[in-house]
Amino acid sequence: MKNIIGFIRQNFTFFSFLILQILSLVMLSSNSKTHETFFGGWSNQVSGNINQYYSSWTYFFSLKATNEKLAAENVALRNQLAQNFVGFDTTKKLGTLILRKDSLEKIRKFYYYPAKVVGNTFTLQKNYIVIERGSKQGIKKDMAAISPDGSIVGVVVEVNENYSTIMSLLHRNSKVSAMLKRDKIAGSIEWDGADPNILVLKNISKSAAPKVGDTVITSPYSSNFPAQLMVGRVTTVIQDPSSNFLTLNVKAGTNFFNLEYVYLVENRRMEDQNKVNIKEAVNE
Amino acid sequence: MNNLLKNTARFVLFLLVQIVILNEVPPIHQFITPYIYFLFLLWLPFGTSRISTTLLGFIFGYSLDIFTKTPGLHAAACGLMGYLRPIILNLLLSQEASEEVSKEPSIATMGWGPYAFYAFSLTFIHHFYLVLLEWLQFGNFGYFIGKVFFTSIISLLLIFSVELIMNRRKLKR
Repeated sequence: MKNIIGFIRQNFTFFSFLILQILSLVMLSSNSKTHETFFGGWSNQVSGNINQYYSSWTYFFSLKATNEKLAAENVALRNQLAQNFVGFDTTKKLGTLILRKDSLEKIRKFYYYPAKVVGNTFTLQKNYIVIERGSKQGIKKDMAAISPDGSIVGVVVEVNENYSTIMSLLHRNSKVSAMLKRDKIAGSIEWDGADPNILVLKNISKSAAPKVGDTVITSPYSSNFPAQLMVGRVTTVIQDPSSNFLTLNVKAGTNFFNLEYVYLVENRRMEDQNKVNIKEAVNE
Repeated sequence: MNNLLKNTARFVLFLLVQIVILNEVPPIHQFITPYIYFLFLLWLPFGTSRISTTLLGFIFGYSLDIFTKTPGLHAAACGLMGYLRPIILNLLLSQEASEEVSKEPSIATMGWGPYAFYAFSLTFIHHFYLVLLEWLQFGNFGYFIGKVFFTSIISLLLIFSVELIMNRRKLKR
C-alpha cells in the first residue's frame, strides 16, 4: 500500500495528465451528453452571453443587408395577404379553398417562432448555431430551423432557458430527408465537410434523371421539417457504377455566412409521428 | 509587467482572437483551419512546472471547447501539448537558460533554430492529436494526413508572423 502511494506521488504529474486526458476523451466520445450533465447547460449560458455581445457588434455592421432581407420578406408576406383578400370576394372555387384553409387552423401542424442568431460557425467540421430563444420561449429539442428566405438551416439539439443550439446542416452528423422537386424521389441531405456552400444528396435512386440546376426540396418523410422547403440546387451528378444510387452535389439555398435571424418550426404532431416511424434515424 | 497578469491577459486575448477572428474566417479548403490560440502555451515562462502546464493546457483548451461546442477535443490536445512541452524544452535548452525562470521561450531567448524546432514540434503534436481525434469520429486517412500537414503549415506561418509583429525582445528592455 505504501509503495502504491509512493508510486502515485512520484508520478503525480503523469497521473494527473492521464486523468485529464481520460476526462476529455469521455466528454468527447459521449457527444455532449455527459457534458450536459456535468455542467448543466452552464457553459452554454456563458458562451451564449459572450456570443451575444459579439453579435451585437457584427449585427450593427450588417444592418443594411438585414433591412433588405426584412423588406423582401415583408413583400412576400404582403403578397400572401393580398391573395387571401382577393379570395373572399371572387369565384366559388377560391372561396372553398379559403374555407378549407380556415378549418385547418384548428388542427394546425406547424408553428413558427422567430429567433435571433447570436453565434454561428461554418469553418469547422461540426458547426453549430446559437440562438437567443430557449425553453422559456417555447423552444424544444428537435425543432427545425429555417432561414428567412425559406431554405432549411438545421435542427435544434440543445436547449436551455434562454438560449438554444442548432446543429447546422454543415455538420458531419447532420442528416435531413430531402427529395428532387422534378420527380419527387427522396434521399438524404448530408455534408462531407469540404465546402460550406455545397451539400451532398445521397441515396437517390438511379431511376431519377436529375439534371444540373434541378431544385432539391425537403421531403414529406421528415418529422421535423415541413415538406417542400428549399434545400438547394443540383450542381453536379456523381455517377457511381458500383452502386444503385446516385450522389448529387447540391448548392445550399441557405447562405450560412450571414445568418441573422432564423425561424424555428415546431411540429405539433412530431411525437405521434415518431412513434409510428420505422426508424427515427431516417430523418434525424 | 507582472508575469501572472501578463499571462492572464494572453489567455483571454488568444481565446478571443481564435473565437472572434480565426473561427469566423471563411474556409479556403477543408484541410485548412487557422489555429493560433495554443501560442499561449508556447509562451508560458520557462519556470512553469510540468503539472501546471498540463492543467493550464486542459483548462485553456476546454475554454475554447465551450465556444466551438466540441467538449474535450481541444482540451485533450492542449493537455498533451502542456505535458510534452517540458521534454522538448529540456532537449533544446542549456542549463543556464532554463535557470532564468521568469523568461519565456522566444527567438531572443532561444535563438532562431531552437525556437523554430520548439514551435514546430509542439504545433505538430497539437494538430496530430487534434485531427486524430476528429478522424476517429469521421473522415478518412487522406483527410487526416492532409489536414495535419496543411493546418500545421498555416499555424506555423501565423506563429512566425506574430513573432515578427510583436517583437517581444523590445518589451523586455
